[in-house]
Amino acid sequence: MTPGTTVPQSAGSRWDQPRGQRHQHPGSGLPRLFPASGAVPVDLRTHLSRFTALPYLGQPGRLIPVLKAAGLTGRGGAAFPVHRKLAAVADAATRPVVIGNGAEGEPASDKDKSLLWISPHLVLDGLQLAAETVGSAAVGLYVHRNDRLQDQLRAAVAERAEARLDRIPVEIIDAPPRFLAGEESALASRISGEPAMPRFKPPRVFERGVAGRPTLVHNVETLAHLALIARYGPDWFRGAGTADEPGSMLCTLHQADGRRDVVETQLGTPLGSLVQLGPGTQAVLSGGYHGAWLAAEDAGQLTLSNADLRPAGSFVGAGVLAALPADRCGIAETARVTRYLALESAGQCGPCFNGLPRIAAALGEVASPRPDPRAVTDMMRWAGLVEGRGACHHPDGTVRFVRSALQVFGEEIRLHTQGRCVDPARRPFLPLPARTAMDPADWN
Amino acid sequence: MNGITQSTALWYASRATGVVSLLLLTGVVLLGMLVNRQGRLPGFPRFVVTGLHRNLSLLAVAFVAVHVITAIADSYVSIQLAAIVIPFTSSYKPVWLGLGAVSLDLVLALIVTSLLRARMSRRVWRGLHWFSYAAWGSAVVHSLYSSTDLHHGVLLYTAIACWLAVAIAGCWRMAHAGREIPREGRAAATLEMMSPGRGPRRGRREAPAAQRPGADIR
Amino acid sequence: MRKELRVDPTACSGHGLCAELVPELVTLDEWGYPIIARGPVPPALDKHVRRAVTDCPVLALKLLPPAGR
Repeated sequence: MTPGTTVPQSAGSRWDQPRGQRHQHPGSGLPRLFPASGAVPVDLRTHLSRFTALPYLGQPGRLIPVLKAAGLTGRGGAAFPVHRKLAAVADAATRPVVIGNGAEGEPASDKDKSLLWISPHLVLDGLQLAAETVGSAAVGLYVHRNDRLQDQLRAAVAERAEARLDRIPVEIIDAPPRFLAGEESALASRISGEPAMPRFKPPRVFERGVAGRPTLVHNVETLAHLALIARYGPDWFRGAGTADEPGSMLCTLHQADGRRDVVETQLGTPLGSLVQLGPGTQAVLSGGYHGAWLAAEDAGQLTLSNADLRPAGSFVGAGVLAALPADRCGIAETARVTRYLALESAGQCGPCFNGLPRIAAALGEVASPRPDPRAVTDMMRWAGLVEGRGACHHPDGTVRFVRSALQVFGEEIRLHTQGRCVDPARRPFLPLPARTAMDPADWN
Repeated sequence: MNGITQSTALWYASRATGVVSLLLLTGVVLLGMLVNRQGRLPGFPRFVVTGLHRNLSLLAVAFVAVHVITAIADSYVSIQLAAIVIPFTSSYKPVWLGLGAVSLDLVLALIVTSLLRARMSRRVWRGLHWFSYAAWGSAVVHSLYSSTDLHHGVLLYTAIACWLAVAIAGCWRMAHAGREIPREGRAAATLEMMSPGRGPRRGRREAPAAQRPGADIR
Repeated sequence: MRKELRVDPTACSGHGLCAELVPELVTLDEWGYPIIARGPVPPALDKHVRRAVTDCPVLALKLLPPAGR
């Protein structure tokens, strides 16, 4: 039996995901967000026949206790309790704005794009329900410039408008192709007509966001789960996952052999059943490029849950899990990605645009043969200097990623000081966008 | 002095305070550029530059007030009260005095907006503050043609010194504005600065060109 | 509740007046940007902190209720 439905770049996942012996609530199994039939986009008719009509609750606020009982947390990476965000915006009561965040700036993550391509109607259902819950009449879906996807979404929105499904019209809004474009306050800036650069908080976007209005920002996957919880209830949702971290989530898996899949899995799944942890894998990156490396043997003891990953220095985040093959240089890979992260700085905050490039340069030094011994000490000093001193968490996440590399690839660093490397050719493995343009328009 | 046959104490006071106002305004403009470029007055902490810029601008307003009031009070030439703030409405030398009114209006606007800086958007305040150059420039032209005082002698050299100071400082200021790296390019510029061969920087003292690493990258 | 001194890093361009006016709370990093001590402002420093907030050429300093960071 295939574990969850995958959106394969190749023929499909080979990994048999153990289901566990726990009793499953009827219909609470996986897949939930994707159709069992595979990676084919679900049109409106199919969506309505599978899921029943959009269950409007009739009044603002009604969905909040349901979501609280379900324990749904954000699937965009921060895992913030959904009911609390909704309550905060609903309380603000002054012309709130609701935005579905599909700007998946993380190069290693495909799940939002896949979800929007295959199950847009679940996301759009979620948007309408969220809008009803906070009493909003302004709804938008923020997605990267991808003509095919945007056209598909516009068509879906038009179809729903014709069927009089949506009470509030949905505007599709362009997100610039930047790593930080999906950050909450950067999103609010962009939709307010400015470049997509993060802002200082306070105020947070739920207080003052788009055009100064209270703004509810939810990842598109969160909205999809919300749409299902509204139909089937909190108990159904808790039929998967763990008691503290209930439900299912989408993960982007990068295997050591180069395959890249999006799978839906439940929280609490052992990492070893998601990524291959055999002798061909030396480490696993969990949480994306703001996450942390785990040594393969450690990863083998952990499950996909913050309860396991946080103490190990990592976190679930947006579900990116990347296995590093044993024959690649972890430091070189980290240096490559850190250089990308440094260049993705918005350039607003002194500590960030001064510190991250220096850290990246130092890592590049460490990744080369017989590196300057001061590079690591300098890097650690700069890491300490940038943490917490930006308007957003870009420096913090980058430092977390770099620190974990220094820990997990310590042996590799030692080899480098002797002029050796597990992969002198330093072949790239982790995905990065080909674009390196510094065009100001890229932020608009 | 030639040309003035019936000068009064008030008229002299107006001319004198006019000259001082011009000097103060010139100082304020120069200090403003120094603040912007994060420069220092040698031997003094940075807050002195900002403080002096603010205090001199307030002092300048005081001197301009005396300059204007004595000019009105003086009966030799007839200048209406309203002409102080409504440009080009005076019956005596409307154009040149008008420019004085323009300068005063601008200076008042700059000071009021700066006092209320916290209540407006940064961009709006900055945009308005650029008018300080116009305020100084119109004061200069006003000073040159409202009387012949600045056409010879010490006052001529003083005036030239003011113009040169602002012109040179202005070029320095604009040159830097031209070289300033926009936000989107700063990280790349820093990375460029750290290119291989230089090695990781250890801090202020070992930076190559600027006194502070990344000083150009602000 | 006593307020905390914080800097808006997107506005700050490293003028450094704050470090001169309130050295007890503010030091400059190696790039000239302020590192501000966390926590509520001690009453003895109130006057100096308020002056720093007013004098910052770009108004980057803010007095805010302590954030639960």
